[in-house]
Amino acid sequence: MAITSPERRVWWNEPVERVELIWTGVALLWGLFMFFFMIAWHFIGGQNLSNEAYRVTPSAYEQKVEAFAQKYQVRDESGTPVVKPPAGVDVYLLGRLWQWWPVLELEKGQSYRLHLSSIDWQHGFSLQPTNINIQVHPGYEHIMTLTPTETGEFGIICNEFCGIGHHTMTGKIIVVSKQAEAK
Amino acid sequence: MTTTIDSGLAAAVGSKAGDFRICQYTGLKVDVGAQRLIIVNAVAAVVFLAVGGVMGLLVALTRWPAVHLLPAEWFYLILTAHGANVLLFWIIFFEIAVLYFASAVLLNCRLAAPKTGWVAFLLMVAGAIVYNVAVFQGDSTVMFTSYPPMMAKPEFYLGLILFAVGALIAVGLFFGTLLIAKTERTYEGSVPLVTFGAVTAAIIAVFTLATGAIILVPTFLWSVGLIREIDPLMYKLVWWAMGHSSQQINVSAHVAIWYAIAAMVLGAKPLSEKVSRTAFFLYILFLQLASAHHLLAEPGISSEWKIVNTSYMMYLAVLGSMIHGFTVPGAIEAAQRRNGFTKGVFEWLRKAPWGNPAFSGMFLSLVMFGFIGGISGVVLGTEQLNLLMHNTVYVPGHFHGTVVCGTTLAFMAGTYLVVPLIFQREIIWPKLAKLQPYLFGAGAAGISMFMMGAGTLGVPRRHWDINFTDAVIGFQHSPGAFLMMGLNGISAILAAIGGGIFVLVIVGTVLFGKKIGPGHKLTFPLHSGARVVSKYGSDATVKLPGTIVLVTIFFLAFVLYYFVNWKYLSDLWLFR
Repeated sequence: MAITSPERRVWWNEPVERVELIWTGVALLWGLFMFFFMIAWHFIGGQNLSNEAYRVTPSAYEQKVEAFAQKYQVRDESGTPVVKPPAGVDVYLLGRLWQWWPVLELEKGQSYRLHLSSIDWQHGFSLQPTNINIQVHPGYEHIMTLTPTETGEFGIICNEFCGIGHHTMTGKIIVVSKQAEAK
Repeated sequence: MTTTIDSGLAAAVGSKAGDFRICQYTGLKVDVGAQRLIIVNAVAAVVFLAVGGVMGLLVALTRWPAVHLLPAEWFYLILTAHGANVLLFWIIFFEIAVLYFASAVLLNCRLAAPKTGWVAFLLMVAGAIVYNVAVFQGDSTVMFTSYPPMMAKPEFYLGLILFAVGALIAVGLFFGTLLIAKTERTYEGSVPLVTFGAVTAAIIAVFTLATGAIILVPTFLWSVGLIREIDPLMYKLVWWAMGHSSQQINVSAHVAIWYAIAAMVLGAKPLSEKVSRTAFFLYILFLQLASAHHLLAEPGISSEWKIVNTSYMMYLAVLGSMIHGFTVPGAIEAAQRRNGFTKGVFEWLRKAPWGNPAFSGMFLSLVMFGFIGGISGVVLGTEQLNLLMHNTVYVPGHFHGTVVCGTTLAFMAGTYLVVPLIFQREIIWPKLAKLQPYLFGAGAAGISMFMMGAGTLGVPRRHWDINFTDAVIGFQHSPGAFLMMGLNGISAILAAIGGGIFVLVIVGTVLFGKKIGPGHKLTFPLHSGARVVSKYGSDATVKLPGTIVLVTIFFLAFVLYYFVNWKYLSDLWLFR
């Protein structure tokens, strides 16, 4: 009985049923498989979160984003600049109460070094409906290489609670075809 | 063939030895001081379940887009309060009751320092009240997790610290009681398996509560202005060593309760003490690494660290749970076959006491914890797959599968035994009680699965308006996402009805239930085996075809769901 002491004082010598041993073995092997599959995905998979990050002060990051936006701005959309950087350059996105800034226009199939940080509280970068979700911290500049694989307009919503305006915090990434293809 | 105990040994009643009474149904010596503390802690637990449960319903009704009940400010405030009231206060009060039961009662021992037990209880109550007052005054709507740099009032952190100190003292009493039982030789050989499980829970609780102090004390000092800055990443790492590990207290405790209910209601014995205890021991060694589950989408942490920690060191703690997932139904099947239900593969399960809410609640908890909470937890905790779901409503979907379907339902089931045996009151409205685990279980399963479905479609957690009405740049979720959130609301109503019946039946029983006197026939009987000392469960080898079928289905579902999510991931944009 599980609520009374084992009848035999030396219970650790009792034989274990074969079926219990088999199940334990199966579970152990499955666990090992799942463990090594995470490692394997770093080699075989196209979706791995970058480990590159630096400490940055919020004001320094804000300046970098503003300089970036000024340099590559192509138009304005409801008060937010739309920024179209050339392929391969460093792209900056800023999370703050309560917007993702600026709107980015990227080309399908091109790779960009995307920088992410916040200048106030924590935010959750959530690209929809693609569903890529990355935590954004103030004080940390996270850099990853991003390659859009489809064209269209994608929403960025915030999925880390950031105060009363949390549900109004949005942004946008527009993905267009490669210019060479479009011509 | 089954012999059940429904009437007690009249002779045993009233034979008090000092401050003990002898339980007429189990023959256990019950310390009256421990009994009182079990009662007050269980009552406090149910009160906070009722309060936190209503808050949960309000949250779900607000997130149902067609209903959208609360205004934004109230929604975020109530959501902040909901987390602590159910996840901490309901569960930890109940766990303290479980610890006192598994030490003093199961070991036939007096409780160490019962007066200190009252101090612990009062500290916990005070902490819970201070916390709730702070939240309801406003200015502390920072969610349960209170991530800096977002700051709450000092009382918010102070309440949690008081509560944790009280709980830590109670855990100390548990260890003290074990020591007394050992020195006074109140039991022979090793402690029972259920007590072993409780020891596991208590060891993890010490780790958890100490970690809580390590992070909440400086955060409190920050909130009163004595510390300049709390690093948000450091905070998350340490906070979740409390936040997630405290859920592992629940796992250990509710697995112990599964074993206890199977023993008391069906006469089940562990198939093998060695295997079941090893599984608990794996929890002690590895479950604390789960802090990493909350840092998989964070900057500044290496993949190596994430992989080792998120997998509980190569999934060795998951192995523990998968072992219990076999040994608990296996022990039940073996017992039922000995009870005479030997026909076919599943007669033992078909003819189980489904009308006894202790059993039905326990078995539903077992199945749903494995299929819903367990599988989704492993998938969510996979380094790369996490990016598909991080901070979406999939996350609450997962942990409602563990904490509501698993822990809460198991604790409810346990309460149906605690009330007659410890409170010594007969359950009033047994028909409602019979129905309760099914209603609550169906609701909880719905909440978990529909939130997981919505999360897969990208719906964010902790979010007031998935229509983004007031956003400058609009966004529209898919119709499927809205459907899922609506179904979640309907499930929440069902769970609230089930939870409401539970509170009603238990409070009604405690206040107005018939006092159980000598020779009383229990409405929900115990198994006669409960009085017998155990041989090991796989002795005189009973074959377990039913359990083998069940775990095979579980394993196939696990593997399938795991790879479906890798397929989803491989369709995303490329990033590295």
